[in-house]
Amino acid sequence: MKDKEYIIDVDHVTIRFNKSRQGVDNLKEYVIHMLKRELLFQEFLAVKDVSLKVKRGEAWGLIGTNGSGKSTLLKAISGIMKPYKGTITIRGGIAPLIELGAGFDANLTARENIFMNGAVLGHSEKFMQEHFDDIVDFADIGDFLDSPIKNYSSGMKARLGFSVATMVKPDILIVDEVLAVGDFLFRKKCQKRMQEMLSGGTTLLFVSHNLEQVRDLCDHALWLDKGEAVMSGGVHEVCDAYQELEHDINAAKKKKKR
Amino acid sequence: MSIWQERVHVFFQYKDLLKQLVKRDVKLKYRRSVLGYVWSILNPLLIMIIMTLVFSNMFDRGKSIVNYPVYLITGRTIFEFMTSSTNAAMRSIIGNGALLKKCYVPKYIFTLAKVTSSLVDFVFSLGALVIVMICTRASVTPYILCTPLVMIQLYLFCCGLGFLLASMNVFFRDVQHIYKAVTTAWMYLTPIFYPIQQLPENIRFFVKGFNPMYYYVAQFRDMVCNGQFPGPRIFWGGWLIAVVMFAIGITVFKKSQDKFILYI
Repeated sequence: MKDKEYIIDVDHVTIRFNKSRQGVDNLKEYVIHMLKRELLFQEFLAVKDVSLKVKRGEAWGLIGTNGSGKSTLLKAISGIMKPYKGTITIRGGIAPLIELGAGFDANLTARENIFMNGAVLGHSEKFMQEHFDDIVDFADIGDFLDSPIKNYSSGMKARLGFSVATMVKPDILIVDEVLAVGDFLFRKKCQKRMQEMLSGGTTLLFVSHNLEQVRDLCDHALWLDKGEAVMSGGVHEVCDAYQELEHDINAAKKKKKR
Repeated sequence: MSIWQERVHVFFQYKDLLKQLVKRDVKLKYRRSVLGYVWSILNPLLIMIIMTLVFSNMFDRGKSIVNYPVYLITGRTIFEFMTSSTNAAMRSIIGNGALLKKCYVPKYIFTLAKVTSSLVDFVFSLGALVIVMICTRASVTPYILCTPLVMIQLYLFCCGLGFLLASMNVFFRDVQHIYKAVTTAWMYLTPIFYPIQQLPENIRFFVKGFNPMYYYVAQFRDMVCNGQFPGPRIFWGGWLIAVVMFAIGITVFKKSQDKFILYI
């Protein structure tokens, strides 16, 4: 089987989304929508016929304007959403960093939340106990360990979330624009840890609007626009093309102003 | 690996999440209240006292009931577990929507966790039953040790109903509004504060045959108040209803769960 070499195989995937537009304000429209079965569900294709084949150890950056389907594609890869058409095959364990600290409960203390967050990511309590000290060390939250998370600053929350999520050595790391928070010291720490993981053979999928960071971390890139793949390949050519377009648009805008 | 092995494997991977969620619910329920867990016992006691006063003085409660306080609290504890667990389960998927959108987790864990934390609360509230039994000098028989058999049936039943309500509620939020009226009607159709003999003949037939809660309340009372093992009709009927409800709930949930994400 030749396909075995791909750790992530996204094959002609289309993903459906519910717009759930709340535009019904009179009885007539209500009945019309009901008859068209559109009352609670309005179809919207967030990703259209996209293919992506990633080999083990590669680092892919996903770029594109807001609402171009980058996050949706990542969600489908991590199993949160099922593709409407096409197939997604994953060969390995995933650590999704789509949101830091998923499952944090504001009323629980940091100590309790570490176990909660670990459990959400599918780790056993025993495993968390073993790594507890490492997590606390990396997050550097000190005295606040037994205070409820609601008293935390957003940066502290993000640090805690990042340190729980990256404590394992996953086969695939999915990062969705989460490193924008936190101070520069912590950002550096995060980047260092991600680079460590990459050199350890982890495959990375990375969404960012910071092209410098993408060029820095990734070796391949996929450019999505309105749900369609525009270009994929080496990170520099794709980023250059994307930047050129951005440049063109800016120039056009300036022309209009005049 | 067969699909069932895979499922069992996933369940064991996430069993600690179930534990954490139940722990959270139980811990947070009374956090920062002075009496804490005591409320789980005190609340049913207070309600039992009020209802006993009301039904002894204002309404005819039927003199056939020997120990009214115990009769009332057994029925109420069982019914309260059903309403609180299914209500919480109904909202479990929507309530965790933010998390389900960000992270892959088997969805049934949340529903299961809600029913289980209600079960923990139910076990606490049995303390109130024990207190009432001691205060009224109720006779205790060894049959009381059989009560876990009823709890298992009831747990299965509530899980099934919870799964069904949770998946329906994702698609039609109307469910949570109508359910309140349904449980109120259900409560009056269950012999909790009146004896079953007080019902008119035709309604009694309906309740005895088709009200699942009658099966569980009656079994529990047989073991706790009447000192006898429940008759085969309500015992095996209770098991049958529980298993059927569980199967229906799981099937509906499983069939619709992939679409949840589009509606939360």
